[in-house]
Amino acid sequence: MTVLFGVFLLTLIVITALAIVQTQHLFVAVILAGIFSLLIAVIFFLLDAADVALTEAAIGAGISTMLFLAALTLTAEYERSGSANRLLALGVVAVTTLIMIYATFDKPRLGDPAAPVQQHVAPWYLEHTPEAIGIPNVVTAVLASFRGYDTLGEVSVILTAGIGVLFLFGAKPRRQSGPQRIAPHEPGRGLRHYLIPRVVGQLLIPFILLFGLYVQFHGDYGPGGGFQAGAIVAAAFILYALLEGEAQILRVLPQRLLTGLIAGGALLYGAVGVAGILLGGSFLDYSVLAANPITGQHIGILLIEAGVGITVTGVLISVFHALAARGSV
Amino acid sequence: MELFGLYNYWVYTVLLMIGFYAVIAKPNLIKKLIGLSIFQSAVFLLFITMGKVRGGTAPIFQAGVEDQVFSNPLPQVLILTAIVVGISTTALGLGIVVRIKEEYGSIEEHEIQELDRQ
Repeated sequence: MTVLFGVFLLTLIVITALAIVQTQHLFVAVILAGIFSLLIAVIFFLLDAADVALTEAAIGAGISTMLFLAALTLTAEYERSGSANRLLALGVVAVTTLIMIYATFDKPRLGDPAAPVQQHVAPWYLEHTPEAIGIPNVVTAVLASFRGYDTLGEVSVILTAGIGVLFLFGAKPRRQSGPQRIAPHEPGRGLRHYLIPRVVGQLLIPFILLFGLYVQFHGDYGPGGGFQAGAIVAAAFILYALLEGEAQILRVLPQRLLTGLIAGGALLYGAVGVAGILLGGSFLDYSVLAANPITGQHIGILLIEAGVGITVTGVLISVFHALAARGSV
Repeated sequence: MELFGLYNYWVYTVLLMIGFYAVIAKPNLIKKLIGLSIFQSAVFLLFITMGKVRGGTAPIFQAGVEDQVFSNPLPQVLILTAIVVGISTTALGLGIVVRIKEEYGSIEEHEIQELDRQ
């Protein structure tokens, strides 16, 4: 039954992807991309990846759609047709698809426990997580402790992307050569005059924030962690910005504070690693943070997940703010 | 059910190529970025599919339950971080597109090339 449901969902995903490429209306394409992400998240859940499903739903369907929509208001709503190399592209894509489908016949079947990918390090992680880390969620254990270096690298990438966006929008737009912007309905005032979104939004925002904190701190025991929580908290603030206008959110979270959050989260992560060295262990070795190695692991994971969450929240809100502020200049 | 054993991989292939087609054939820069997201999601699907173990469950230990079969946690970790990195790079891409629109007044590839030639 689950298999059939999966097949049905995957087929829907392909249809959605085709519709995204087909439509010339960019707004429709962006909304369809949100639906696409939600369907992919359900598939991830069916494939036992609860953490990944949560991340995809929060980021793909939520934040990503918001950022694309914010960019659309600054660019164009329709794409112009006309592409010289359409047939060539179709040919290349068709041939590559056939070759790749031919190659899949050598892949192990879905769920095969004897597949090479299940043999190497994965059993080791599953076996050693309870004694070495002492938390139930193996995904969090691998992410935050066993492969802490990787995650530090990922946080640096996010930090770099955030800095890049802030740099790109650091310059004031040139008025004379700039495009005709779509004038916002009422600049900087959001949806304050629309009663229903406002009431519903105000009711939802505290609960979204609470859920974000739950996901942040319950990541050791269930699906969740800094990446998902960061996206959920950022979504709450973006919703607030949409309802009450940009000016209002800047009073709550000034850009200076956001920039501090972006750098602070990554610094916190690095500082935990350095603390490990100072206490006689190696970089990002949490066992030395407390007398009991397991307690040390708990403290280390809690701190670096907090660092990840802070950086992700800061970057996502800053990016949204950079795009939205550009529109109301 | 053996019949559907490779279906995930076929969908992965098709999605990858749909995304790739949007990147190479669509002149609109926003459409290219959406295509890139589809391309990314296809890769995510491949990794998560490979980590699935028949009869398995999400790799979270439950107290008092013995002999659980878990799916592979490693691909999940890789993809979890890849999704967040993906949105950051997409955001940077959107930032560049908006700047291009401000400088050139267009986000269509051939129009921008036209303006560059002048």
